[in-house]
Amino acid sequence: MGIVTKLSRRKFLVATATAGGGMALAWTVPGGILDALAQTTMPQPALGAEVGIWVVIHPDDTTVVRIARSEMGQGTLTGLAQLVAEDLECDWSKVQAEYIPPEVNLANKRAWGDMSTGGSRGIRTSVDYVRKGGAAARMMLVQAAATKLGVPAGELTAENSVVTHKASGRSLRYGELAEAAAKLEVPKDIPLKAEKDWKVIGKGVKRLDTVDKLNGKQIYAIDVILPDMLNAAIAQCPVFGGTLTSFDAEKIKGMKGVRHVLKVDDSTVAVVADTWWQAKTALDALPIVWNEGPHANVSSQSIAAFLKEGLDAKDAAAGHVIGDAPKAIAAAAKKVEGVYGTPFLNHATLEPMNCTAKVSAEGVEIWVASQNGDASLAAAAEAGGVPLSKVKVNKLHLGGGFGRRGMQDYTRQAVLIAKQVPGRPVKMIWSREEDMQHGFYRPITQAKLVGGLDAEGNLTGLHMRISGQSILASVAPSRVVNGLDRLHMQGLLDDEFGYMAIPNLLVDHAMRNTHVPVGFWRGVNHNQNAIYLECFMDELAHAAGKDPLEFRRKLLAKNPKHLAVLNAAAEKAEYGKPLPPGVHRGICQNYGFGSYTAAVAEVSVSDKGKLKIHRIVAATDCGYALNPDQIAAQVEGSFVYGLSALLYSENTVEKGRIVEGNFDTYEVMKIEDMPKVETVIVPSGGFWGGVGEPTIAVAAPAVLNAIFAATGKRIRTLPLKHHDLAKA
Amino acid sequence: MIKLNVNGRVHDIDVDGDTPLLWVLREQLGFTGTKYGCGVALCGACTVHVDGQPQRSCAIPASAVADAKIITIEGLSPDSSHPVQKAWLAHEVPQCGYCQSGQIMAAVALLAEKPKPTDEDIDQAMTNICRCGTYPRIRAAIHAAAGNSRA
Repeated sequence: MGIVTKLSRRKFLVATATAGGGMALAWTVPGGILDALAQTTMPQPALGAEVGIWVVIHPDDTTVVRIARSEMGQGTLTGLAQLVAEDLECDWSKVQAEYIPPEVNLANKRAWGDMSTGGSRGIRTSVDYVRKGGAAARMMLVQAAATKLGVPAGELTAENSVVTHKASGRSLRYGELAEAAAKLEVPKDIPLKAEKDWKVIGKGVKRLDTVDKLNGKQIYAIDVILPDMLNAAIAQCPVFGGTLTSFDAEKIKGMKGVRHVLKVDDSTVAVVADTWWQAKTALDALPIVWNEGPHANVSSQSIAAFLKEGLDAKDAAAGHVIGDAPKAIAAAAKKVEGVYGTPFLNHATLEPMNCTAKVSAEGVEIWVASQNGDASLAAAAEAGGVPLSKVKVNKLHLGGGFGRRGMQDYTRQAVLIAKQVPGRPVKMIWSREEDMQHGFYRPITQAKLVGGLDAEGNLTGLHMRISGQSILASVAPSRVVNGLDRLHMQGLLDDEFGYMAIPNLLVDHAMRNTHVPVGFWRGVNHNQNAIYLECFMDELAHAAGKDPLEFRRKLLAKNPKHLAVLNAAAEKAEYGKPLPPGVHRGICQNYGFGSYTAAVAEVSVSDKGKLKIHRIVAATDCGYALNPDQIAAQVEGSFVYGLSALLYSENTVEKGRIVEGNFDTYEVMKIEDMPKVETVIVPSGGFWGGVGEPTIAVAAPAVLNAIFAATGKRIRTLPLKHHDLAKA
Repeated sequence: MIKLNVNGRVHDIDVDGDTPLLWVLREQLGFTGTKYGCGVALCGACTVHVDGQPQRSCAIPASAVADAKIITIEGLSPDSSHPVQKAWLAHEVPQCGYCQSGQIMAAVALLAEKPKPTDEDIDQAMTNICRCGTYPRIRAAIHAAAGNSRA
């Protein structure tokens, strides 16, 4: 068993496209990647036969499954291979995986579907067509066996990469059948296996991509080495919206290894040298004059004031309305109010942004770690000034994605640099500081929540106002209609919102966009919104004199799946049972990316204010649990991502630029802070939910609510490092 | 010209002596298993062994280790069979995997010094950053590797 994210110089024989009916088209895979991959010792498999478009079977039964999505650690590659293998009925120990090149997908009318890998969609939106790919290949193999054995296909069974004719005791291996099967038409009517017959789905198979990550052989984009390659370091105007005025190339021209000093675009300069270290050293010595533009006076304080105004502004757009919340709150026996806020956050993938590009008469070729192969291809074509058909994209492994690598700014820059050094590949790597200060940050928002309780402590009305930055306003403005960005209210609208038993509800938002670029940060707006809502639920329960779990249960009465997951977390955490002295609980729930999540945190806070998170119990209902151990891994990781944001991380703005440059000021969690995480998977079946992101939303509120239980202190702004939890 | 002893072989390298060891390993010698993450010895992705000690190669000038024995992830074992690598595999530690070379080198050094590390020992020695969040499995794998070495 192994993983071939390394493409052999194989021809992709597309026997179907989507309705190809046996029309065979040949496409050659980019060859340049072989040079990069020559650094590895992984043996390249011999050519096999393509049975349909998703599966290649070798004479020795090795089964290569094609993957359109990107693997960035979340286990999608293994999960998608599982789905193909389920209906293929192949021997899992013989399964490998390889990426589809984006240009091959594009040239075949995107026969392999959407390459975008974000929103925890990798599995859940590919299930049907991927499984059909496996099933179609199995049907073709069975048909080939029927012809060879001279028996009806209906008398044959396929299992473990072998087709058997039970009546005569004869059998043929997939490897023996693949060549003949590859010549058959792909069937049109492709039934899938019934749930009760699943053998691979739901099983804890091992990941396909582990071994090379243990010995240094896994090649990430930053590791690409090509013949004649040059290396580039870049500097972008530190103030967003500013431009490059001038630079004095003469000052560094004599430095060792320096080849070129280039304007990349209106706000970026690059030094190209023999090695990256030489390029970086020379760049640091390069005198650059920036025109800092109109935002050079913006600060975190001015942004906070701008957002605060939105909390009571009249121009809000309503997203979720039930009854008349303002009226109900006005008539309430008790009114509760809380104002919350969360900062900008960088993704801080451990592999900084980088891309290698070569521009020549033949077109543009790039080597890139991308969450969206199609988008990388388009960005390279645009920057290179060539048609889409003149671009080759080599997808390499991602050293972290978390949403950052869906943006293609770094791809565009690498091509703009390579264009000025035609014929030679140039690898551009951002320094950590460049990466930290030129991200697409988690949007900064504030929220004001007002709730009304009746005399019995029942919640009669809730108004939640979010003020802050919209991702869609800059990334997909057409999806903002009449000032309404529904993504801004993620988790609070329609079926996502679990507290449908609230009689009067108003969720609205006031868009307050800053000059700081924002983007999709793992978990996106669920993270902030769940903190606001779930901590405020705790405030309401406290004000009502009710237990936070009981208070929620009543309001979740119309949403049984939300409730079931909350109960599962509570039960596993033995919610009612007393804890050791000094240890306190917090609880919360959320729904996002197609999955229900809930968490219970157990914390203690010392007299001096030192927080210790002892234990987390996290429950997930993702419908079907494809690979339980990998779900657990994503849940554990979600707490690291979510608790880093809770405890330490923030990006602040001074003089229009991001202040933090590296991990000394942008602190993230380390192993010493890691609590024990117990994952409870409660798959209710019937749907496929996401796994990589949903749990992050419940990490911070569970801990914050436990901190309140421990200290009586209600923390409403993050990160926690700015707050003193010591006993007053 | 600098002489560097990396993974048991001496290399003559034409490079400025103040170039960080990390970039010599990656750019001159092609040992790309050692990663760049921060450049200022904070994240640990570049951890290698210098005379048996875990060191952050991004902050060491190559000239300072000219007489030392340097081991990178590529030199840890010929076939990924080091007990720590085996424990990492058994516990399915890596997610994106980018930090894992450094994590493994730090764990190997810890176990060489303390064959039966406590959780506190692990907290102190394992200061490497993992953004995917593999910490629980790193901890479990270190304990498992320690058990294996006792057995």
